[in-house]
Formats: sequence, structure tokens, C-alpha cells
Amino acid sequence: MSGQNTSGAPPAAGGGLLDRRALFEGALGAGLLSASGAAAETLGDPVWTQKPGANFTPYGQPSRFESKVKRVWAPPANPATPGIGASRTPHQFLDGAITPNSLHFERAHGGIPDIDPEQHRLVIHGLVKRPLVFTMEALSRYPMKSRIAFIECGGNGGSLSQPVAQNVDAQAIRGLVSCAEWTGVPLSILLDEAGVDPAAKFVFAEGADSAGMSRSIPLAKAMDDALVCLYQNGERIRPGNGYPVRLLAPGFEGNMNVKWLRRLKLVASPVMTKDETSKYTVLLDSGKTWQFIWPIEVNSFITRPSPGIGMPGPGLFEISGLAWSGAGQIKTVEVSADGGKSWAPAALQDPVLPKALTRFRIPWKWDGGPALLQSRSTDAAGNLQPSRAAMIAERGLRGQFHVNCILTWAIGANGEASNVYV
Amino acid sequence: MSMFEWLAPALLLLFAGPLHAAEGPGLGAPANEADIAAWNIEIQPDGKGLPAGRGLAAEGEKIFAEKCQRCHGEKGGGKPNDQLVGGFGTLSAPEKPAVKTVGSFWPYATTLFDYTRRAMPWDAPRSLSNPEVYALVAFLLRENGVIGADDAMDADTLPRVVMPNRDGFIPFPRKPF
Ligand code: HEC
Repeated sequence: MSGQNTSGAPPAAGGGLLDRRALFEGALGAGLLSASGAAAETLGDPVWTQKPGANFTPYGQPSRFESKVKRVWAPPANPATPGIGASRTPHQFLDGAITPNSLHFERAHGGIPDIDPEQHRLVIHGLVKRPLVFTMEALSRYPMKSRIAFIECGGNGGSLSQPVAQNVDAQAIRGLVSCAEWTGVPLSILLDEAGVDPAAKFVFAEGADSAGMSRSIPLAKAMDDALVCLYQNGERIRPGNGYPVRLLAPGFEGNMNVKWLRRLKLVASPVMTKDETSKYTVLLDSGKTWQFIWPIEVNSFITRPSPGIGMPGPGLFEISGLAWSGAGQIKTVEVSADGGKSWAPAALQDPVLPKALTRFRIPWKWDGGPALLQSRSTDAAGNLQPSRAAMIAERGLRGQFHVNCILTWAIGANGEASNVYV
Repeated sequence: MSMFEWLAPALLLLFAGPLHAAEGPGLGAPANEADIAAWNIEIQPDGKGLPAGRGLAAEGEKIFAEKCQRCHGEKGGGKPNDQLVGGFGTLSAPEKPAVKTVGSFWPYATTLFDYTRRAMPWDAPRSLSNPEVYALVAFLLRENGVIGADDAMDADTLPRVVMPNRDGFIPFPRKPF
């Protein structure tokens, strides 16, 4: 049967990609599905059906059968500095668009602080009429807003700048992006209360961590859609993500969403902190360096199949992945099974929200032969995700940060996926 | 033209019509600068925020050997953590790895004061006195050949130091947001 499209769904591009509508209109024939279905087995009542289960738990944990679904992190270059670096989201094991709080990526420059919310304060000062200090209790009484937004570390995808493709999985390559529902006080309300001086053009935001991680955020962004967040997916923000309060600058480079936020100072020009000069800037082949690349550029990758999530044999599969852009909504995602020679549009899972992860899906009939799977996204502003070659042509390989090029999974005859460059 | 000047038109344009009608309960307590002085630590490129005190490279060399060397190598040569000295000529040689150090890469000397005082030594941040930070800054700038051996660093001299890569930073070619 392999290679033969018995599903009734029309092919959408080379390599076995099928029309995305087949996913929802039930056009995938039963014949094909049963061809790869499990053999009949005699069913009985297992032990969990024959006696009552466990009591409730105060704070839930995943099933013990899901223990492989966890964040991972590389050991720091210096064993004397644990907590330097980043833990990564295991996207290959997840579906949907929201990242569970326990699996949201974490980046820390000086470990994760253990902050007592009773003692924590947020100060707003500098070029304002009324310098103010807020307790967490005071902040929690302000009108709040919720929005679903991705946060992506400026260093995500850095391994794609290696000259040779690394033998690593989706988590290692793209695990520094996550998406949550963030709830907090619009920063504009707090800034209005302080009374911003017209000379102010930037908000210097600083954390209470031992690194005092700090960034200069354009005032226009602060007044537009920035939130001073207390909640992440309905509960108080996790320590690794900024407890008790973090900034959300939707769509902007991860570390501008300053965690453990304790100070906002209105200033006339950027402070030029270490993390907006020495790091999070992109060195070009010319020797010049791009600075202040605020919004995350349009991006996508396939989460399934991917390394470790292979296919047992030829048949019908769903290719699924994530797309996002700091410029707004995702407009289209295209998928290729032949290394970019032909492309088919993927279905976008509702809701497609601006500056949020967007799940895409497309049916694929794998014939058991070699395939090169890729996805590329376009955002509402018309930005198209570049190929790796196009990215290198523009900025070389030494930029380290803001790597948004197409990712390729090679499918071997054994059904396993691996990271390759085409 | 400074980095900020090319950003300004875009920022002003975007700032023309913010939509913020919502009002809060006004629960911020008045803060006076004396109360928040201990937190008011950032140093701006024009030197705003620099404290009193001064330091020489020779003093900084001793402090560095004692408090920094185990993570940043002898005289800031690097390993296991960031190399702080050298790397000149590597930025515009794409065939070689870029060695980005304080000397070869950083655009402002004020950032070195700001960052060292706020975050270093990594396991004991905020433990250095202001003269110690000035001395460490003088030492790292001297090792990078940016200042002379006897140039004292203080609130007056530090902002006037012109870093070798001062003009190396350019705007991102796509619109800021
Ligand atoms: C325990 C190890 C350790 C010690 C001791 C230490 N550092 Fe660091 N240093 C680090 C780490 C780790 C980083 C990177 C921090 C990050 O990723 O944000 C760093 C970063 C730096 C940087 C920024 C480098 C760059 O190019 O971005 C400077 C400058 C620096 N340290 C200076 C010092 C000075 C001066 C001292 C002594 C007072 C010192 N450090 C002591 C671990 C250390």
C-alpha cells in the first residue's frame, strides 16, 4: 500500500503531503487508517478498573508515565555557577499552543531568586512627576488584563549557527520559546500614575535577581501593550519565570520581559546595559553589530515528527508544529516534505493570536522513503521566515542571537528524524 | 550619529497615539530619592549615576587576582567564564571565531562600571566598594590598551573613555516594531 494515496485526500505537495482540509473534513479514508491500525486483541479489566484509585493531591503532578516530559539544561561552563543558563521546553512531547507552567523555559543570569512577596517592591522613578513604590498587595488591586503571548529567548536556535548540523532534538534547538496566558496590570496605568516627563523615551527595567538583569525598553512599547504580570496560566508566576512580578513586552526579545521586576526608571536614552551591548546583539561578517533587535522575527518548526518522535512504519501521520512572530499574527505556515522543493499550506489551529504560539497541522502519507521535512511561516506583516542559506547570506554565522531560519528534519528509512542542513 | 538618534523618529511616531484610557486605584506610595538610593545604581553612557571615588589599574590588578581571576582567567584571559581582555581584529574576520571582550566589543566604558558593580563577582554581587569598582574598571581598560597605566578612573574620566568598538553598533535593518 505504501506510496499509494488511498485516503481520498488530494496531494498538496511533493513527498506525500496531503490537503490540510482532510484533517477536518474526514476525507481520510478508513481503508488507509485500518491498514496501519493495531491487530485485534482481547480486552479485559486492568487493575485500575478493579479497585478504587488514589486520593486527591493538593497540587497536581503529571502521570508517572509521563516522566520523560521535562525541561533540560546544559551544565554551565563553570561548575561554580549553577543557575547560569537556561532550561528548555520539551516541545516534541507537547501539543496545543500553551506551555504548562512547569515546562515553560527559564533563563537566568544569576540563578533563580527566592523572593518573599511581602518584602518585594516595585519602584517607578526617574523622569516622572511622582516617584512611586508599589507593594505586591497594592499591585494586585489594580485593574488587570490577560493575554496569551509567547516569550522567546534571544538565544533560541543558536545551535543552527553551528557550521555543522548538531545531532540534537527540537527541545535543544527550539526549546527557548514558550507560550502562556499572562495576567497583570497594564504598565501604562502605572506610568500614568507616576506622570511621565515628556523628556523620557525609554523605560529602564531591572530585576531583583543577583545579576540585576536589566534592559532599556522603548517608552512607546511600555505605553502600548506592556503588562506588569502577577499571573501565569492562572496561578502566580513561577519563580523561574519572575515571581512575584515580571514585565511582559509582548513579542519582544525574551530578556526585555524582565523577571523579578523591582525597578522601572524613565530615562531619555538607552542605558546600554551589558545585556543590550555585549550580549543579545548580532555581530555581522562586516564586523558591525546589529543592536536593539526588539521584536522576535517570524519563525516556525515542526515538533512532530522530530528527533525521538519518529514513525513506526509507512502510513498516514500528522505533521504538527509551532509558528510565531513578534510582529503580530501568523498568516500562513507552509510545510515541505522534499527539503523545500514544493510547499503545501498547513492548517492553523484556532485561535490564531498575535504574538502567541500558533499550532499548525498537515496530514502526511509517509511512503517509507527518505524525506526532508521543513516548515516556513509568514506573519500578518508579510515577513517570511528565511531559509538558513538566506539568513547566512544576510548576517553570517557569528550572530548567535535571533536565529529564525527554517529547521530541517531528515527522515530516515527507520522512520527516525534528525537535524540536517539542506 | 548616536544609536539613539536613528531610533528616535520611529519611537516618536509610535508614541503619537497610545491607547490607555484605563485608570488605576492610585496605590503607589510616594518614594523619595533618599529611600531608593540603594537601588538607583544604573550608570548611563554620559556618566550619569557614577559615584564618588577613584581607582587605578595597579590597585585593580590586585583585586582582580583575588576576586575575579578564578572565573575569568589570569588578567582576564578567559575560562571558565567570559574572556575580558583582547580579541582585537577578530570581529571583522568572518572566517575566525569572534572574540568579543570588553576591549574588542563593548561600546561604552560606563557599562563596565555598571555591570561589575551590580553583578560581579558572580557569587558575591554588590560586595565591591565604589573605589574597588573604579580600580577594576581601570585594570580591565588598561589590559585592553584603552587607557594608560596611570590613568585614574572616576566619575569625570570614565565617561570620556572612548571604547575601540564605539562605532561598531548599527541599527537593525527592519523597522523596530
Ligand atoms: C564565580 C565565577 C565568577 C567570578 C568570581 C567573577 N565572575 Fe564575572 N562573570 C561570571 C559569569 C558566569 C559571567 C556571565 C554572566 C551572564 O551570563 O550574564 C560573568 C560576566 C562578567 C563580565 C561580562 C563579560 C561579557 O563580555 O559580557 C564582566 C565584565 C565580568 N564578569 C567581570 C568580573 C569581575 C571584574 C570580577 C571580579 C570582581 C568577576 N567578574 C568575578 C562569573 C564570575
